[in-house]
Amino acid sequence: MSTIPKELKYASTHEWVRNDGDGVFTVGITEHAQDLLGDMVFVELPEVGDTVAAGDDVAVCESVKAASDIYAPIAGEVLEVNEDLEDAPETVNNDPYGDGWLFKIKAEDPSEVESLLDAEGYQAVIDED
Amino acid sequence: MANRTPLYDAHVKAGAKMVDFHGWDMPLNYGSQIEEHNAVRNDSGVFDVSHMTIVDVAGLDAKAFLRKLLANDVAKLSIPGKAQYSSMLNEKGGVIDDLIVYFFSDTSYRLVVNSATRERDVEWIQSVARNFQVDITEQPTLAMVALQGPKAAAKLKLILGDDFAAVDGMKPFMSAQVGDLFIATTGYTGEAGYEIVLPAANVEKLWDDLLNVGVQPCGLGARDTLRLEAGMNLYGQDMDEGITPLEANMGWSVAFEPEDRAFIGREALEKQKAEGHDKLVGLVMREKGVLRHGQKVVVEGGEGVITSGTFSPTLGFSIAMARVPSTVGETAEVEMRKKFVTVSVVKPSFVRNGKALV
Repeated sequence: MSTIPKELKYASTHEWVRNDGDGVFTVGITEHAQDLLGDMVFVELPEVGDTVAAGDDVAVCESVKAASDIYAPIAGEVLEVNEDLEDAPETVNNDPYGDGWLFKIKAEDPSEVESLLDAEGYQAVIDED
Repeated sequence: MANRTPLYDAHVKAGAKMVDFHGWDMPLNYGSQIEEHNAVRNDSGVFDVSHMTIVDVAGLDAKAFLRKLLANDVAKLSIPGKAQYSSMLNEKGGVIDDLIVYFFSDTSYRLVVNSATRERDVEWIQSVARNFQVDITEQPTLAMVALQGPKAAAKLKLILGDDFAAVDGMKPFMSAQVGDLFIATTGYTGEAGYEIVLPAANVEKLWDDLLNVGVQPCGLGARDTLRLEAGMNLYGQDMDEGITPLEANMGWSVAFEPEDRAFIGREALEKQKAEGHDKLVGLVMREKGVLRHGQKVVVEGGEGVITSGTFSPTLGFSIAMARVPSTVGETAEVEMRKKFVTVSVVKPSFVRNGKALV
């Protein structure tokens, strides 16, 4: 059983979103996603300042097994990316909800987050797979 | 239900992620396949390879039979216990399977073939054997583990005690029977180590003993990155029935001498040799990204395909094997995620005994 923290929101494409306040949201991939991918070897992140729309492929998590596109769960501007992943991509495996975060978005419309899945909804997505 | 090796419960106990591998429930990893890979390069690791098929060949015609069946020549083997890498070909020269043959005497040999091709292999061996006075015996009650890495010998010594003397300092590609253990200095990782065949009933004890002296259990994931770094082919991926050894960097394991040995597939290979053929090369990509099986490769004089690709944990960048026209130069263009990337072409061997070759 993989962990699905209750306080986060989720996309069906296995990203999680954390509300940092002031319309800023941190995005990463779920424990379930990192487990499916296996050992991470490269993480390609968006550029700070990029404007993204919900559903855009903005990053790539490449593991020993496969390359997987990461989609922006909400629209906005990329405020910060996790540069530490450049040298330590395995952090995504070891701490997917913490130090393994991918990027932060300044939301265009913070209420967009409300339409994402809650923990229960995401659990249902996993169960269907 | 899928087949299970005698170590199935031991894998689950060790926290393995189990996957289907050609009808067998096998461990993919026990957590991190990169950590398992590194353990084999720097220390020691153990793999369950009990799914592999062991076939014993005995009888008056055993030698003559294998000189017909196999592309390499067992007549080159004269020291009892000596092992040889070889392949069985069809009449068109295509590889039915690659294998290791162990020589005990002119009337007694052992073959270890792939599990994925087991039924077809055994049928083929039986059909060729009809014209010879030989007994073909599959050994499904034997299990097999591969103990690999620079510390493999030290670990085995801890377990065998005085019995270790029988294999101490044994050269690569040799074997010896030590009690109920058949111990061979062979493997699929590019490191020193052993493949150990033993009765299935005893394998869990050996496995536990190895883990207790600090040997890392390793799954199929690490097995694949290790063999690819070592430049070793995977059947069904780097070669199959439609590919000849010459197109799969296995030409060295085909014995054309003596000229009068009429092994199956010889004519087709001689024709192909005269006419020219594609070859299997290594690719190295030092920038971000991972070369993957099936990607298209453009080289001087034509196009080819990546047969195996991965991220190399030892080197820190991606490596691959690709089948390309023989006109290939020093670089190739690989189509990756909608763009072409230039990569270097090298001999398909990347890491040996822990050292980078590229």
